[in-house]
Amino acid sequence: MTCVGSRYAAISTALVLLAATGGNALAQKKYDSGASDSEIKIGNIMPYSGPASAYGVIGKTEAAYFRKINAEGGINGRKINFISYDDAYSPPKTVEQARKLVESDEVLVIFNSLGTTPNGAIRKYMNSNKVPQLFVASGASKWNEPKEFPWTMGWQPSYQSEARIYAKFLMQEKPDAKIGVLYQNDDFGRDYLKGLKDGLGAKAAMIVGEESYETSEPAIDGHVVKLKATGANVFISITTPKFAAQAMKKIAEIDWRPLQIVSNVSASVGGVIEPAGFENAQGLLSAAYAKDGADPRWDDDPGMKNFLEFLEKYYPEGNKIDGAVVYGYGAAQTMVKVLQMCGDDLTRENVMRQAANLKAFAPDTLLPGITINTSATDFAPIEQLQMMRFKGRKWELFGNIISGESSE
Amino acid sequence: MSAIENVAPEDQPVEAVPKRAMTIGSGTSFVVLLLLLIVPLFAKNFIIFQLTMLLIYGLAVLALNILTGGSGQFSLGQSAFYAVGAYTTAVLMEHLNINYALTLPIAGLVCFAFGFLFGQPALRLSGVYLALATFALATAMPQLLKLNFLEHWTGGVQGLVVTKPDAPFGLPMSQDMWLYYFTLAITLAIYIFSVNLLRSRSGRAFMAIRDNEIAASAMGVDVALYKTLAFGVSAGITGVAGGLGAIAVQFVAPDSYTITLAISLFLGMVVGGVGWLPGSIIGSAFIIFVPNIAEGISKGLSGAVFGVLLFLIIFLVPHGARQIAIVGQQLIGKLRKN
Repeated sequence: MTCVGSRYAAISTALVLLAATGGNALAQKKYDSGASDSEIKIGNIMPYSGPASAYGVIGKTEAAYFRKINAEGGINGRKINFISYDDAYSPPKTVEQARKLVESDEVLVIFNSLGTTPNGAIRKYMNSNKVPQLFVASGASKWNEPKEFPWTMGWQPSYQSEARIYAKFLMQEKPDAKIGVLYQNDDFGRDYLKGLKDGLGAKAAMIVGEESYETSEPAIDGHVVKLKATGANVFISITTPKFAAQAMKKIAEIDWRPLQIVSNVSASVGGVIEPAGFENAQGLLSAAYAKDGADPRWDDDPGMKNFLEFLEKYYPEGNKIDGAVVYGYGAAQTMVKVLQMCGDDLTRENVMRQAANLKAFAPDTLLPGITINTSATDFAPIEQLQMMRFKGRKWELFGNIISGESSE
Repeated sequence: MSAIENVAPEDQPVEAVPKRAMTIGSGTSFVVLLLLLIVPLFAKNFIIFQLTMLLIYGLAVLALNILTGGSGQFSLGQSAFYAVGAYTTAVLMEHLNINYALTLPIAGLVCFAFGFLFGQPALRLSGVYLALATFALATAMPQLLKLNFLEHWTGGVQGLVVTKPDAPFGLPMSQDMWLYYFTLAITLAIYIFSVNLLRSRSGRAFMAIRDNEIAASAMGVDVALYKTLAFGVSAGITGVAGGLGAIAVQFVAPDSYTITLAISLFLGMVVGGVGWLPGSIIGSAFIIFVPNIAEGISKGLSGAVFGVLLFLIIFLVPHGARQIAIVGQQLIGKLRKN
């Protein structure tokens, strides 16, 4: 009887020991679906086909970057399995693909899916299922609402941040400015205008004229003429490339000489300034946050060297002067940083916690001095930009790095 | 000259389909229904969601099928009716807090009126010209939805988020599964209605117009009335599909209802077989799943792969799924004789 008793005791001790060690192991390594000892699954949705397919390059760059990380041994020994689907920029398809990623592929996070409307379509789903919707590829300010949507976070500077920077600049450099604004009548234009007004604050009366246009209008000449008539001496162009070029040309034609500011969206030399004429763009102002692959100044920059090396080895078909390639590289690098910070605790909760705990992180492709900072109440990773002025045939950066953080 | 003749509206733009050939036998219907009832019980929520979308697009294709296969009129503007239905449901649910089930008949009625009115000027057009007029409607719709004075209701470019309903009476099923069975019930009701419509006096009038407009009017068919009626019915059903789509996707935005959707629905109809109602669901499966397959084959060239697949289907089975079904039936018939 005692014999049986002691055996029983021995077994139970062994069991308790086993449970204890097992428990320990579990405490060290924590996983949600999509992560394991050998793999981390990252989902992504891109418009590889359809009207916005030019942005598909971002997804391809990211896939190449994760290939590089895997070739170099992965993240803490875990390989990244990057699953990227096409939604053709159609919101119902985005919902289908997001559900496929979360429910069928069981990814840990959905990372850098593209577009304001497609992401708007899945935001509620992602938040109610508590799956991170990380580093959304859109400049809308609504990705920075940690209270209402704690599982959604943006990446690039929001249109509002950028507009606030112009407001700061004008209040400092040209306090007597009379501002005429031309803006596109959609979420992009209105977000931007709001930022500008917030930035001017009590001095919002500096805006003497506001004109909006629809993307369906063939020409916007009439709006430019009206703005000139208001007596404005500063012209802010919140426009997409085609209209930015038109406005610049028209301003030269009617011999109006305001100080011109163009949104970063339309700061492309090839796409906007060249068609509008270099002579019409001298002194034009804008702001940037990423290095320009076309600018020879960065040839010796260590960050850009890494970038070019990566392109050569893992993504030879990528074009270094394509802003989307530079963008994808920076976003993917941020994702990898967050996963490294997570260590062995690869739960969705911890991924969000670490993403909201980035301090002074500088991806290779951001301008020197611009860093990524987030906190539990700040879900806007990049908020700084640097002003630039167009001179000759290229942009020249000037002044300090300015933060567009709202003072609220 | 010959090229112009080829595209000019002909007397009979759509091949005549005898009305018995528009449906399938009761045995086959029963098996399909049983499958639709049972499969979701064993599927993941995501699959159930896809099946729901299958039914919803199936309804929209069915609506186009009544218009084109039944009355012989083309439409590339179905996305506009779908959008109106979706927005009607979304606005009623989110702004006026009306029960989702009640919003659907309203969406259907609104779209019926819209389609009936649109059918009036469309009467003067036929063939490719009608297709163009409806195409214009489809291109205009997303922009109309962005209009400023509607923004308070439509949410403008940002769209509207729709709340997904829970299963009623405390039924132990997920939201997705409930919505699936809800959609299935509506789809069945509309399918039975459509089959009976085409078998009725009105259906015969539709087909008489399709086969020969002059002969139809000589026989006393009110051509104008029945053509607009076909437009109205088709738009109404599309509107109900749009409303269901808004609930299933939980989001409406102008970008969701572009011309691409209209073309997809048209594609679904051709692949399923013009004028063959059961083919609608097969056409719907084509437009939902084949792009995913194409993407699986090549991400960069998904559009091209999709094109090749579509080309193969049109080349090999020009009458779509109906042709396969007929061949299948003949084979079974032969086996029985042996």
